[in-house]
Amino acid sequence: MSYIPHTEAERQQMLAEIGVTTIEDLFEAVPASHRFPKINIPPALSEMEILAEMQAYAEANEHAGDFALFRGAGAYYHFTPSVVNHMLLRGEFYTAYTPYQPEVSQGTLQVIYEYQSMICALTGLDAANASHYDGATALAEAVTMSMEVTRHKRKKVILSPTVNPQYRAVVRTYHQGGDYKFVGDKGQATMQDLVDMLDENTAMLAISYPNFFGQIDDLKQLAEKVHNMGALLVMVVNPIALGMFKSPGELGADIVVGEGQPLGIPLSYGGPYLGFFATRMEYVRKIAGRVVGETRDKEGRRAFVMTLRPREQDIRRDKATSNICTNQGLMALAACIYMALMGKTGMRKVAELCYHKAHYLADQIDKINGYKVNRDRPFFNEFVVKCPVSVEKINQALIEQGIIGGYSLEKEYPQLKDHALFCVTEMNSKVEMDALVKILGEVK
Amino acid sequence: MVQALEPLIYEISSAGRVGVNLPVCDVPESPLPTDLLRDSLALPEVSEMQAVRHFVRLSQLNHAIDTGFYPLGSCTMKYNPKINEDVARLAGFAHLHPHTDPAGAQGALAMMHQLQEWLADVSGFAGVSLVPAAGAQGELAGILMIRNYHLDRGDTQRTKILVPNSAHGTNPATVTMAGLDVIELPSDAEGNVDLNALKEACSGDKAQFIAGMMITVPSTLGLFEAHILDVVKTVHDAGGLMYMDGANMNALMGIVKPGQLGFDVMHYNLHKTFSTPHGGGGPGCGAVGVAERLMDFRPGPVVEITEKADGDNAPLYGLVTPSKTIGQLKAFFGNFGMHIRAYAYIRAYGGDGLYDVSRHAVLNANYVRAKLMDTYTIPYPRYCGHEFVLEGHWEDAPTIHALDISKRLMDYGIHPPTNYFPLIVPEALLIEPTETETKQTLDDFIEIMKKIAKEAKTTPELLHDAPHVTPVSRVDEVRAAKELVLCCAPLLKTVE
Repeated sequence: MSYIPHTEAERQQMLAEIGVTTIEDLFEAVPASHRFPKINIPPALSEMEILAEMQAYAEANEHAGDFALFRGAGAYYHFTPSVVNHMLLRGEFYTAYTPYQPEVSQGTLQVIYEYQSMICALTGLDAANASHYDGATALAEAVTMSMEVTRHKRKKVILSPTVNPQYRAVVRTYHQGGDYKFVGDKGQATMQDLVDMLDENTAMLAISYPNFFGQIDDLKQLAEKVHNMGALLVMVVNPIALGMFKSPGELGADIVVGEGQPLGIPLSYGGPYLGFFATRMEYVRKIAGRVVGETRDKEGRRAFVMTLRPREQDIRRDKATSNICTNQGLMALAACIYMALMGKTGMRKVAELCYHKAHYLADQIDKINGYKVNRDRPFFNEFVVKCPVSVEKINQALIEQGIIGGYSLEKEYPQLKDHALFCVTEMNSKVEMDALVKILGEVK
Repeated sequence: MVQALEPLIYEISSAGRVGVNLPVCDVPESPLPTDLLRDSLALPEVSEMQAVRHFVRLSQLNHAIDTGFYPLGSCTMKYNPKINEDVARLAGFAHLHPHTDPAGAQGALAMMHQLQEWLADVSGFAGVSLVPAAGAQGELAGILMIRNYHLDRGDTQRTKILVPNSAHGTNPATVTMAGLDVIELPSDAEGNVDLNALKEACSGDKAQFIAGMMITVPSTLGLFEAHILDVVKTVHDAGGLMYMDGANMNALMGIVKPGQLGFDVMHYNLHKTFSTPHGGGGPGCGAVGVAERLMDFRPGPVVEITEKADGDNAPLYGLVTPSKTIGQLKAFFGNFGMHIRAYAYIRAYGGDGLYDVSRHAVLNANYVRAKLMDTYTIPYPRYCGHEFVLEGHWEDAPTIHALDISKRLMDYGIHPPTNYFPLIVPEALLIEPTETETKQTLDDFIEIMKKIAKEAKTTPELLHDAPHVTPVSRVDEVRAAKELVLCCAPLLKTVE
């Protein structure tokens, strides 16, 4: 079977209407020397054979459905209410494209508008876009926007070393063709060190909240210091943490970006995810990507439409500062439904469950001889543990018992040899945590 | 209050309602850091059923492939097979953490490796990276690879990228993003790149500045570039590399392999050619294929066999960062969920089936084109690829524009074609039927297009006022841009 519906009779009728005898006749413009190469892919499979093959691939993986997972570091295993998947599977949503034609796309458009509103609520800022590919690319776009806001007169970008290492790598990839200077993240700079780097050439300072080690840094004076230098404060946030911690808007952030995956999107081996992006209304005209706004139709009814389009590539072409032309529409839908179902109390409750469970595990690990939890700062649902043996060795012992252990920090932070970053969410039961602690105590 | 099709979720919120039951905490609670906590969170409070009805009703306001014909040019709105959604949701894929040790992710890596190989074969390239998240990111990857290839050889003055004026707007934007400069090339009367202008741009002292060229094949006019071998040779002779925008790959599978034409790099749109759903604007996947000389520059990580198969043991797959990589384009390894769907799609067709896909995509487009030729002005008198452009205006209907035709199509339950693109055709309507549409659907569309042409001349107001039967009538885009209401701020206050 294939998804091509043509019968032989229809093909012949169509060819006759066109005025050719075979389909191959339609390719006269393709150089004859290169026409009709063989594709070396095995013959078609039936649907049931495809399903069996994919099941075999899927079952060969160690996944959170079968294993107790204590790893986060940028991707998080949270509970997703059934409603989310049911809505995502509606063909009216997932088989539509970018809502270019608002009259037949009000569903997608209103969803994005509601999503933007919820992101504003979560971040405490007053404008959000329809999303980026992921948290890392959203940060790269924040750099572009900071340059625009400071009118390309400032070239320095300060990155905290506790921003997710992958995000910092992506930012550098995106901007390798520019003349910007990225500083701050190559050593072990403290918050004070970062503040000391601020000068009149600084466009922005990016910090993470919570930081990559799960900690909540002291940010009380930070925004004021950044703003005094005329720079922008960019915060990379975990949306679940914002269920309980002060909003970035309250802390003075100018741009807030983050990974929306924890909001009802599966781990799916790293993608597709959701980069959310919010800023202050005064900077909204510099925002990249899609933005949906409220308007009226001819009868005066409320309607929604993509707006701020004239700054896009389709008009300005080589003057555009970003080439992004889609968003992560379906992932934004997932996040929108997730936040609607959780609501204000559910979001708080999920955050607190993560917090309490993570602190329980940290307390238990601290009691094991040779292990030490870093408690320099308050933490949310991830914490750093100094281990008595290598993290690899511990994780090997854990995986044999059906547990995926903490994330080894040594590769990206050489000073943190034998340090693991543990993650706990509402999905981790006390039974799992106690089992983990027992094995940790036994590893030699 | 303003009339609305469906209330906002905030408008059906009531304090104290919850839409989900969460478990009680099974560990002793720890003290909360009270000075770090927020006082309010302005999210709506609705029941589960309220949420379901709300989002189902919203879905019903959309036109989608599953509800009707969607001939949106350059977007390849083909059928999205349901099995692909099922396999992407298998627990072993959906709940696989990206920081899993590769030894525990062999199923995922084996699948990705096979997909890389198949995509490379379809287009005749040496290798593939599945990382780019969308076509635009694939473009950025490709142009950065070209840039870094020259820099790596110490050839630092190559900063110009040639881009035809028929190109998609992302092409020039990508060049700018990569820190390079665009040289725009005109098109000739047949819709090809103006070969003389290209040769002039690559001649004499100018050659040393040419980094490469970006070109879409078939072009955004739906036409196969007649002098493609000359174009490739001209740019290569000048020392530049060739980038192919693979947005229109649905016309080429089994027809020609871009790598064999001499292209150095190309992006695929898995969400077009390989049927992964468009999702209301994403997620997609813009994997890139490269010729041998760009292999080391690919965005990483890519999947490689790190230990060969040995007797009964399967090979071991690993994630590898190419030695001169342009860097990491996004966190992790690409939109894995899209890789699964594209893999399943390729499996459903096999190599010969993919050839059939492109043959029928081109057959369908040429059929519609042939049947509309007497009614509409169709520039460029030659066979098209998988899409074609027509002019949405007539001398004897001077007030009618392409947009009016588009809006009127909605009244007949058809999604409009792409409007006003490519820019070089006046009142352009770019029509791409795709191979999964039946002859009956195409015949209906042809009849409707003819009917609209008649209406344009007899009752033009029917078109001006269209659409008439959609959930909303024409919307005021100027008001949206002027007032910039981007979130329901007053409502947020009510739920705080």
